[in-house]
Amino acid sequence: MTKQSNNPQVDILRSQLKRVRGLGSSHSGSQAWWAERLTSIALVPLTLWFIASVIGLEGATRADMVAWLHAPVPLVLILCLIVTTFWHMELGLRVVIDDYVHNNAIRIAMLLFQRGLCIIAGLFCVIAVLRLGLWEGGS
Amino acid sequence: MNHDRDGLMVARRSDGRLVRRPLSPHLQVYRWPVSMVLSISHRITGAALSVGALLMTWWLVAAAASESAFATVQEFLGSSFGVLLLMGWAAALVLHVFQGIRHLAWDAGWGFGTLAPQDPVGSGTAKRIYGVTGWGVIGITAAATLIVWIAGLAAWE
Repeated sequence: MTKQSNNPQVDILRSQLKRVRGLGSSHSGSQAWWAERLTSIALVPLTLWFIASVIGLEGATRADMVAWLHAPVPLVLILCLIVTTFWHMELGLRVVIDDYVHNNAIRIAMLLFQRGLCIIAGLFCVIAVLRLGLWEGGS
Repeated sequence: MNHDRDGLMVARRSDGRLVRRPLSPHLQVYRWPVSMVLSISHRITGAALSVGALLMTWWLVAAAASESAFATVQEFLGSSFGVLLLMGWAAALVLHVFQGIRHLAWDAGWGFGTLAPQDPVGSGTAKRIYGVTGWGVIGITAAATLIVWIAGLAAWE
């Protein structure tokens, strides 16, 4: 224990309310929390389905992938999985970065990078799956 | 105190003296209850699964791109390192899902207290529900992971 921690001093005259203002969001802060919960609920069945699908696709050829995604149900389910996965991933990584990265510049840079990564990777997945699912033959 | 944020850690005791409240958690001095281990592993598996999502991206994009690109991914995933990666991915995913369900139950307000209604704070020997569900998550995860691994290896030719 340091001397400071035994004898704390208050050198600035501000109310507790003034101190907390600006440290947290006041109106829309629950939206990210809520979205993380909703995506997690959706991801429970989608994830279990995806694990089973991956096992079924072990050693699959490209033709197997096309055949798999040509059925409407797998195509729709994997589109749901992609959107909710990358949405949930963005929200989760954001919380971890907010908690552990204390340097403001680095934190903001990492937040921007992870958000961009999630959006771009998610879009890549969506386009890839649509290309396979809506395949009309040829190469 | 020279920063606004510090003001949130200074409190006044009942005798009027100002005290600096300790920050939490102190990982060095705490024993490791099951809830803490699971909470930390939830974050670690979450970060690891982000890498898994990128692996899925590579898999899907390669399948959409060309025969040779997809053959490369499948060869990598079928190698011993790839199989190990997929087994780790499955274990992390299963743990994250079941631990996530436990978190959802907490968010709904369920899962605190004890199994003895007359002793809700567990001052006696009553088992705390979060401890029971914590070990339950570990047990279900172990069983489900084993099933997925066996099914995955059985389907592997």
